[in-house]
Amino acid sequence: MSRIHVATRINGDATEFLCAPEETLLDALRNRLGLTGSKEGCGTGDCGACSVVLNGRLVCSCLVLAAEAEGAEIETIEGMAEGESLHPLQRAFIDHAALQCGICTPGILIAARELLKRNPAPSDEEVRYWLAGNLCRCTGYDKIVRAVQAAAAEMREG
Amino acid sequence: MVKVLLWGSLRQATGGRTEIELDARTFKELLDRAVEAYPGLEPQIRRGVSVAINGVIYREAWFQPIPPDAEVVLMPYMTGG
Amino acid sequence: MSFDEYHRREFRQVGRRVPRPDGVDKVTGRALYGADMTAPGMLWGAILRSPHAHARIRSIDVSEALKLDGVKAIVTGADFGEVEDESIRDIRDNCMARDKVLYDGHAVAALAASDPRVARKALKLIRVEYEVLPHVTELEDAMKPDAPVVQEGRVQETVPPGMSANVTSYCEFGHGDLEAGFAAADHIVEREFRTAATHQGYIEPHACLAAVTADGKADLWCCTQGQYMVRSVCAAIMGMEASQLRVTASEIGGGFGGKTTVFIEPVALMLSKKAGRPVKIVMSREEVFRATGPTVHSRSRIRIGMTRDGRITAAEARLYYSGGAFPCGTVEMGAQAAFACYDLQAVRSQGWNVLTNRPKEAAYRAPGAPVAIYAVESVVDELCQHFGLDPLEVRLKNAARKGTKSSYGPTFPDIGLVATLEAAKAHPHYAAPLGPNQGRGISCGFWFNFGGNTCVTLNINPDGTVSVTEGNPDIGGSRASISLMAAEELGIPYDRVRTIVADTASLGYNDVTDGSRVTFAVGLATIKAARAAIRVMCERAARIWGIDPEAVEWKDGAAVPAGPNAGKFPPMTLAEIAANSFRTGGPIAGHHEVNADGAGVSFGVHICDVEVDPETGATRVLRYTVFQDAGKAVHPDYVEGQMQGGAAQGIGWALNEEYIYGADGRLQNPGFLDYRVPVASDLPPIEPVILEIPNPGHPYGVRGVGETGIVPPLAAVSNAVSRATGVRMTELPLSPPRVLAAIRRSRATDGA
Repeated sequence: MSRIHVATRINGDATEFLCAPEETLLDALRNRLGLTGSKEGCGTGDCGACSVVLNGRLVCSCLVLAAEAEGAEIETIEGMAEGESLHPLQRAFIDHAALQCGICTPGILIAARELLKRNPAPSDEEVRYWLAGNLCRCTGYDKIVRAVQAAAAEMREG
Repeated sequence: MVKVLLWGSLRQATGGRTEIELDARTFKELLDRAVEAYPGLEPQIRRGVSVAINGVIYREAWFQPIPPDAEVVLMPYMTGG
Repeated sequence: MSFDEYHRREFRQVGRRVPRPDGVDKVTGRALYGADMTAPGMLWGAILRSPHAHARIRSIDVSEALKLDGVKAIVTGADFGEVEDESIRDIRDNCMARDKVLYDGHAVAALAASDPRVARKALKLIRVEYEVLPHVTELEDAMKPDAPVVQEGRVQETVPPGMSANVTSYCEFGHGDLEAGFAAADHIVEREFRTAATHQGYIEPHACLAAVTADGKADLWCCTQGQYMVRSVCAAIMGMEASQLRVTASEIGGGFGGKTTVFIEPVALMLSKKAGRPVKIVMSREEVFRATGPTVHSRSRIRIGMTRDGRITAAEARLYYSGGAFPCGTVEMGAQAAFACYDLQAVRSQGWNVLTNRPKEAAYRAPGAPVAIYAVESVVDELCQHFGLDPLEVRLKNAARKGTKSSYGPTFPDIGLVATLEAAKAHPHYAAPLGPNQGRGISCGFWFNFGGNTCVTLNINPDGTVSVTEGNPDIGGSRASISLMAAEELGIPYDRVRTIVADTASLGYNDVTDGSRVTFAVGLATIKAARAAIRVMCERAARIWGIDPEAVEWKDGAAVPAGPNAGKFPPMTLAEIAANSFRTGGPIAGHHEVNADGAGVSFGVHICDVEVDPETGATRVLRYTVFQDAGKAVHPDYVEGQMQGGAAQGIGWALNEEYIYGADGRLQNPGFLDYRVPVASDLPPIEPVILEIPNPGHPYGVRGVGETGIVPPLAAVSNAVSRATGVRMTELPLSPPRVLAAIRRSRATDGA
């Protein structure tokens, strides 16, 4: 089986890997690079647990080919905190108990950060529609919306 | 002797009775005496039963004492999700 | 008595909304779930699944697959040995079919290869010759006398003669004179209901990593609700001694009952044994839907009589559940729970389990209760409408309370239903105005709650911190609750305690995280382990002071002389005692092992407002409030989370979720696109209202809270839709086409 050489930048670090032509970016992140923070819940782009940012765009990494990462800038959950300093969204999720099992949390945090970049003061409804691509089966979403709003408020005061 | 309430579908094993009297002071004695008196109960007891004693459900507690005037109810062994 | 009774007390730690200890790991992607583990030399497993709903396996030819470069082992049903226990035999046969495949998606063979792509390619080279058999996927069809028989020889002695061999068990509960009860009613409603099978829908697919070594030892990493259950079941299936199999539970990405059994773990172990290398198996979402436990699908007939002032005179339920291709006891729990919310003089519930060519049912949050209570609460609501009575008043009038002989037999001790109903009645939601095409539904809910086998070890560390070792996977914040209870009992700050979940070699047996048991039973064992450690610490202080150990008591995190006669010594803190522990007799610990009983039943009441679009039949939930008795909310955030999450799952069950089988017996919607669970924009804020009516069977009054929340939403939503449309709904889910058809049928009847 032939392999494709990919040179990319992940969370600011220059990274190289070999992948199969049909391999997904999610599989490459998880199985070749050990970045298992992005989760596979469905493999079909329905659950959002694998959300990452590719060249500034929020994507499901299970729907992106690993080979498409060539020359790209990729942001994953592993790059969200700066050293020991958590992102305000990460802190808010802990403070507001916005996770139970936590499997959807990395994807939701990445998606929520992208929302707040574009819209620093979203309404609850905007938060809910933005996160409609990220399934959570534990919380009923209520505490997630509150946590996003709390982080948004903190970041606005920033 | 304690009065033991059975659930309805067990009455086929007890000649139509849903309340039986047994000489039992513990959960384990209750199960043993029940099978001795009504062998037809054996398959269900083997599958598993719980016993409610004065409103508290016990699932496997052999030595749980049964006070003489206690309300004793046999229930299927149950699990949750 | 295996538990300490409740004593009123002032809490210092319990009840605080502290950060969970696994929070940082889970918001940074560091937490390791089932699929996140690797091992040197690891192979990738993959499973071949039946495309038929029912077929005899004539032969399996693996020769071509074995020739493919990179394929290291293949297993089929023939590789698994005999198992004595019937329920474990069923699990074995569900993990890997033997002579027959029993449902679309049933595993027939598995292989391990050096690379996942090789594994997938090799699966296509396995040749299975099937003799396709007639199938039956709907329980009504399966009950017919001439229906294809899913499994022969599975009928219990409880089933009356003359029924299809697919009817495997019968049960009946109740008391009183039904005939007299119905004769005393001013009105009787009798209705038939149907509910579709739904899936627990945890976002994390099943995953495991198994490593069997040449000397017969094995290690298994997996996402599960109970590593000890995995060890017992897998050891029995593999013919191993339990001590030789060490199971470590990963972080778990949701379970809701669906991870209280095994599906892939024995397969991975067998592949690893054959290949002599570690094997990892990760299910796809499609496999999760096709081959892991959905809940039952059901049909029920409910008959309830009421006087015009709202008193229920008699109530009867006939429940038919199908838990798929293997016998299951879920209908017994449904039949016992059906009328548990009511104080009834005459009540009877009957249940039948029916085999169908569907995947083996797995527990799903309060298994059996939601669909039974949905049907009962729908009929109660219709009776309220008939008499023009307030549905909460009617429930208050008939509510089970202390001293009520429950419909399933025992007399209730202190329970919280009346208080919960009163709280709902007093809440502003209940009085809020409704607009056109809007309706408000209410429903009660009930669950038994369980305790079970539990071990906790609590170590006092030399630096004055505390390590709690427990054996139940933390599915929604339980490590925080356990730490809070340890801190409370020891009288030290929460952040001095760290709770970890042990592997099977490190602690005695623990039942699975199910039955809403963890905060109750692990909490109870933690409190008792702490008390055991306190006894040791008091003895050490007594020896240092040179006084009698009986003269020392524990107060605010320190040993103190028990009275003026004991001597005059300043309090000796836990940290001081710990620091001297090496010199006073050695390390200090407490432990407790118990099969806990006394969990205490739990009740909830939900209020749901909906708006139904009469043109499309689409329903929108506008407002939702949950009232539930938690006994004592140890960590209110996570109690609320259970209430909100249960409600959301129940709303999905009521409105969208269903297993849809084609005429070919194959599952037509095995993915999140077509099996639609609620997304954030589908739901309003779900307001939780916690009530605290202490459980007399727990030292802090704790009741389990995990399951009850999924029980009321089915009827709360359906009653709201029924009132919004003016048409009584009797089938779930209330998907737009179904609601529209019901509206049109009703209009056609009205017009005639």
